[in-house]
Amino acid sequence: MATLIIPTPLRKYTEDQATFSTGAITVNDAIQELTEIYPNIANHILDGNGKVRSFIKIFVGEDDIRSLDGGETVLEDNAVVSIVPAIAGGMSDMYQKIMLWR
Amino acid sequence: MYHTFILPDAEQVIREHGEKDFPDECVGFLYGTDSAGERIIRQAIPIKNSKEGDKRRRFEISPLDYMRAETYALTHQTTLLGVYHSHPQHPAIPSEHDLKQALPFFSYIILSVLDQKADIIRSWRLNEASHSFEEEPLAIYAAL
Repeated sequence: MATLIIPTPLRKYTEDQATFSTGAITVNDAIQELTEIYPNIANHILDGNGKVRSFIKIFVGEDDIRSLDGGETVLEDNAVVSIVPAIAGGMSDMYQKIMLWR
Repeated sequence: MYHTFILPDAEQVIREHGEKDFPDECVGFLYGTDSAGERIIRQAIPIKNSKEGDKRRRFEISPLDYMRAETYALTHQTTLLGVYHSHPQHPAIPSEHDLKQALPFFSYIILSVLDQKADIIRSWRLNEASHSFEEEPLAIYAAL
């Protein structure tokens, strides 16, 4: 069995479950199984074409699946799959302009 | 309204990190407990600002660091509750860039650092319905 780690911001869609166990063979199958069990999470992970959204990264262990076989990456027994949202930000452009004027 | 508390040691970590990384923006993760509407931030852990380019006005967390943060939370029986970052030389108010990438549930603590001195610290949470930030009162948690 593989384990999916659900990021805390999305746990409201998995009935507060932090992890999801699956016997799926590939990453794509695991995500499909997750979204079948918890349909409300689908829109936050997948786009309208069923592809992983650009601001979501999927890791197997410490490897981004883009460096493996993407969604077809095979899950070995005890594999840990992480759903990773993008985190970024910074100061307002407006304040930046004010600072430049000083 | 949410009630959010922070342990003094965690607040100190954020303040020291903001001053150390000035004039760059610092960033880190917040861990603790969240139950029945009461959130207690018990730990702040600094991480690297992975933004390529001008770190003085932008921050970014690498996907690998985020993945490790969730794994850390699971193995230490804690919960990843949010992210802190600093705004060097400007107010502890979220920007349009902060809002663009904001996630529900998370507390977004912002520390204003003025002339290398940690100043006001405020916490914000995303209102999904209006897609705007709402301030959550942040109180120092004092164990009785």
